[in-house]
Amino acid sequence: MATAHSRAAARLMISPAVLLLLGWMIVPLSMTVYFSFLSYNLLMPGMEEFIGFTNYEFFLTDPAFFAALANTLLLVGGVLVITIVGGTLLALLLDQPFWGQGIVRILVIAPFFVMPTVSALVWKNMFMNPVNGLFAYFAKALGLQPFDFLAHAPLASIIVIVAWQWLPFATLILLTALQSLDQEQLEASEMDGANFLNRFVYIVLPHMSRAITVVILIQTIFLLSVFAEILVTTNGGPGTSSTNITYLVYAQSLLQFDVGGGSAGGIVAVILANIVAVFLMRMIGKNLEA
Amino acid sequence: MSRRVSNRRKALVTVIAWAIGIAIFFPILWTVLTSFKTEAEAIASPPSFVFFDWTLENYTEVNERSDYFLHFMNSVIISLGSTLLGLAIAIPAAWSMAFVPAKRTKDVLMWMLSTKMLPPVGVLIPIYLLFRDFGLLDTRTGLVIVLTLINLPIIVWMLFTYFKEIPGEILEAARMDGAGLWEEVIHVLTPMAVPGIASTLLLNVILAWNEAFWTLNLTAAKAAPLTAFIASYSSPEGLFYAKLSAASTLAIAPILVLGWFSQKQLVRGLTFGAVK
Repeated sequence: MATAHSRAAARLMISPAVLLLLGWMIVPLSMTVYFSFLSYNLLMPGMEEFIGFTNYEFFLTDPAFFAALANTLLLVGGVLVITIVGGTLLALLLDQPFWGQGIVRILVIAPFFVMPTVSALVWKNMFMNPVNGLFAYFAKALGLQPFDFLAHAPLASIIVIVAWQWLPFATLILLTALQSLDQEQLEASEMDGANFLNRFVYIVLPHMSRAITVVILIQTIFLLSVFAEILVTTNGGPGTSSTNITYLVYAQSLLQFDVGGGSAGGIVAVILANIVAVFLMRMIGKNLEA
Repeated sequence: MSRRVSNRRKALVTVIAWAIGIAIFFPILWTVLTSFKTEAEAIASPPSFVFFDWTLENYTEVNERSDYFLHFMNSVIISLGSTLLGLAIAIPAAWSMAFVPAKRTKDVLMWMLSTKMLPPVGVLIPIYLLFRDFGLLDTRTGLVIVLTLINLPIIVWMLFTYFKEIPGEILEAARMDGAGLWEEVIHVLTPMAVPGIASTLLLNVILAWNEAFWTLNLTAAKAAPLTAFIASYSSPEGLFYAKLSAASTLAIAPILVLGWFSQKQLVRGLTFGAVK
């Protein structure tokens, strides 16, 4: 029973949020688009000129771009595989009755609350360091040669670090979904002689499919923008072997001061993220009764 | 929920679950333990787990040498400031969307969400240049503004899903009794909305505390919160494991505690209500 008066008031109450977000989206984004058509280097102020799509041409034909694109896909894909498979298994395990459920849940969730720079530096120094790291100690104890993870397998190491941070998120959401599963249905199928695998494939997995999709999409949005973990561990190196798109754009714009090229890269990143976002928005929109 | 389980099976699950739980938690545990060692012990081989001389010297040293308290306060001010500002903007918006829905409400909500999906590098350069020109680089004010904006969609969404659960009839009744819009908000809605607002606040403080793209790119020495301060340990001099551990432990301890209280809100807030 909204009156015209309350409608007007409602519009007034909504407008600050809308205007701010509009400003946040339109102003900087259109600036990025504008810069992406300029030859613009921060070291040469006043020399800006319009050069059309040249920045895009350079960015998209740069070997570093292909390396970064491949790394981005590997990073997102690798972390997704680990967290979805691991998270599903962990959720199934934590859903069983056992002693100390609350405490184990807390232990499992904890990594999600560790800030990215801390987890990256702890893994880099105290675990993966080839001289003083814990992994090196165990390798030596077993008579093996210590492995320099971040020098010889930089991307894989970063995938492990990021997966450790996101595994709790996947587990928590999948566990929430699992707990809303109808127990009677499970029991009935058990009485009909369905074994664990049957029950998992035909009852549990379909029930969780929606939650799994949501986890995939949300993680993808965040994983496309992994930055701090790369900055403090490898700086994108050696070479470009652990540079993702986000880091490449950062390096181009704030380390090489190439505003034009960096902007073109930023727009490419926006387009990539939008491809994922469209699917995510559809999923969420379906669930929304506003 | 009445599945009967044998004790043997329960014991087995207990052992496996605890082993995995401890393994996942181990890097944090190891960091906390190392923070109480001397630098020499921190890299000793074989590493000692419990039987070393416990010391607090790293904590005092981190504090003295690096102005740790300044960065800690930066984190507190930035995360709390951006959350409170965000709430002040989002509460009226979420309220009106939940209780006076219009035809376009759903579109507005979805559009707000879409701003969250904008990758930060897409606007890194303009924000950096605008901050430079307005003197906002390396200021707490600047970071509060950016973090408010990037988390605003999440705040609106979380509040919206909570407000949706408040029965509309109560507001109708208040309106019949002659309550005006603001009285309605302050006397009727607010008390019922406090738990939802508190959960939103909690989750958002956590997200802002750990934000590590804008904090790293827009701060230097003065306004750097803990995320950026810890990053300075990526190119250290000399032995630093114990000090890194002490600084890290202090940085993550408050948020771990808050986080454990907010498990449920986390699911709701980060899936935008798609999983409950």
